[in-house]
Amino acid sequence: MAEWTLLEAVNHAFHHEMQRDENVVVLGEDVGVNGGVFRATEGLINEYGPERVIDTPLAESVIVGMAIGMAAQGLKPIVELQFMGFIYPAIDQIINHAARMRNRTRGRITCPMVIRAPFGGGIHAPEHHSESTEALFAHMPGIRVVIPSSPARAYGLLLAAIRDPDPVVFLEPKRVYRLGKQEIVDNGESLPLDTCFVLRDGIDITLVSWGASIKETLEAAADLAKAGIDAEVIDVATLSPLDMDTILDSVARTGRCIIVHEAARSCGVGAEIAARLASDGITSLLAPIKRVTGFDTVMPLYRYEDHYMPGVNRIIDAAQEAMVYR
Amino acid sequence: MQGSESQFEIVEFLNPAGELLRPLPDALSSRDSLIHLYQIMVQTRVFDQAAINLQRTGSMGTYASVEGQEAVGTGIGFAMHKDDVLVPYYRDISTQIQRGVLLEEILRYWGGDEWGMHFKHQQQDFPISVPIATQSCHATGIGYAFKYRKQARAVVTTCGDGATSKGDFYESINLAGAMGLPVVFVVNNNRWAISVPLKKQTAAKTIAHKSLAAGITGYRVDGNDPIAVYHVVNQALDLARNKHQPSIIEALTYRLCDHTTADDASRYRPQQELDEARKLEPLIRFKTFLKNDHGWSSKEDEALYAQCTKQVKKSIKVYQSYPDQPDGEFFDYMFAQPTADLEKQKQEWLAEVKHHG
Repeated sequence: MAEWTLLEAVNHAFHHEMQRDENVVVLGEDVGVNGGVFRATEGLINEYGPERVIDTPLAESVIVGMAIGMAAQGLKPIVELQFMGFIYPAIDQIINHAARMRNRTRGRITCPMVIRAPFGGGIHAPEHHSESTEALFAHMPGIRVVIPSSPARAYGLLLAAIRDPDPVVFLEPKRVYRLGKQEIVDNGESLPLDTCFVLRDGIDITLVSWGASIKETLEAAADLAKAGIDAEVIDVATLSPLDMDTILDSVARTGRCIIVHEAARSCGVGAEIAARLASDGITSLLAPIKRVTGFDTVMPLYRYEDHYMPGVNRIIDAAQEAMVYR
Repeated sequence: MQGSESQFEIVEFLNPAGELLRPLPDALSSRDSLIHLYQIMVQTRVFDQAAINLQRTGSMGTYASVEGQEAVGTGIGFAMHKDDVLVPYYRDISTQIQRGVLLEEILRYWGGDEWGMHFKHQQQDFPISVPIATQSCHATGIGYAFKYRKQARAVVTTCGDGATSKGDFYESINLAGAMGLPVVFVVNNNRWAISVPLKKQTAAKTIAHKSLAAGITGYRVDGNDPIAVYHVVNQALDLARNKHQPSIIEALTYRLCDHTTADDASRYRPQQELDEARKLEPLIRFKTFLKNDHGWSSKEDEALYAQCTKQVKKSIKVYQSYPDQPDGEFFDYMFAQPTADLEKQKQEWLAEVKHHG
């Protein structure tokens, strides 16, 4: 068994699928010779050649649009968009075409493809390199939005995304790209999409998060345990479609829910989870649902980014406030 | 150095008077093949008028007419091989009907039913693209797949002159050039992007000039002459299929119709310009050519129009006989397998329908 970082897990998932299926191609800026700016595609070009590991011109819309054409012809394109802050030129292609093609042709043309982008703050990156705008995509019908939070889930969920018959926006929390290693068997086994992962069982309060914030959420849970509060931690993992059953089941037992995300608060995915708890689980709620999130501001430049991001203390405070209700 | 219009010669076979200026291409040397081209143009025109009437009488939704641009699509469709792929915009009926798309399917789409893009007899061509120029990008990916699989196939994608102002058009021609992809970009230069004339779109001397920056081949062709369009598209497709050389073809034509049935071009388009353009339109010219050079009689012409009208009437009947989509079918094609949420939303909707009718 090997130990991998999240980044290495992504790379191994690539290798596994590219060896298995010659229709899998990788395209994007700097993904070839340079192996990607984060090195997620390191070594692929040597193994599979420049026809399958394609350094494209610097043009996000045509990169995704091209992948749509490839997918229509039976290739399995995996697009890398360098940072989430640069995904917006491609939104037209993602929303108007990738997400709609199956529906508008009644299944004649489909777009099985993965659009990967590193996202989130905390690595002291330049302007436009730290945003979390997953809600834009979670709002759009016809695409899946998947976010791994550990090396094992990066490996298993990316394999699942590549094998999925529909488009998947796969957002990688770059803050935890190289943070810690995990033992993984490189056996090509995928993890299920459309399902949450319960990372910690607890009976007092449910903490729901995804991506890099899982780290602080688990830390907060550990601290809360010391104070005698037993928190359940759920990694949503697939933001769209949302597995509310797991969250509702948990809250039915705990009666309390804190949602943690780095993205701005208003109309974030946390709002959807809170709305559905209110509509489908209100009778089990003992306390108001709280959101610990980024603020409705522009992401500050790196010097102040820590002020913006939900830290362990904010999560603990929110949990303790919720515990006041009995 | 801004270049000059004459840098890209306009390829012509028939002049506006219907006189043949140069020998016919081999594929169009027979009377029958020429009549075939004419038949496609007439079929498109008759269909187009019927479609507008259907919209005007409330039997169909908004429709984008192709009047005036029939020769462009006719030439493209005649030049394409069966296993090439078309990535069209919304004025390509002449091409689509040559590639197996049924008239009733076109009506079904504009009539508000997605099954009109399912295409019973055409598996790989894309449906029309509504967001301007976005389809140029798809063509590059299809071309890439052909090249990757070492298939001698090519892609034709079309757009209007307004689309050439968009980033997607530039990104696509640039990428196709950089990667050497078998894609032919045909620009229907019909002079108007809804109300904005070409001179407000660009300071480029011609649209073909845009090929220079992308490092690909550029052509200009008389887009009201289907023989010339065929000739140029055929040449471009040959380069694309066999040498992976992409190109831009600027087909000079004119939108004789409104932008769509929701538009009123008299608000912005000078009547005199329209009158002048009508003199150059493709059907009159081609009929004159057939009459003078190939003994096409008015009797034959009437018979052709009658046959096309019959065909259109038949398609309208089929269109009107299509069953409604089953209630809630719009939930079913979002994903290969409906998600649990969608299934739930569908059941809620069906219960609602059952309850309230």
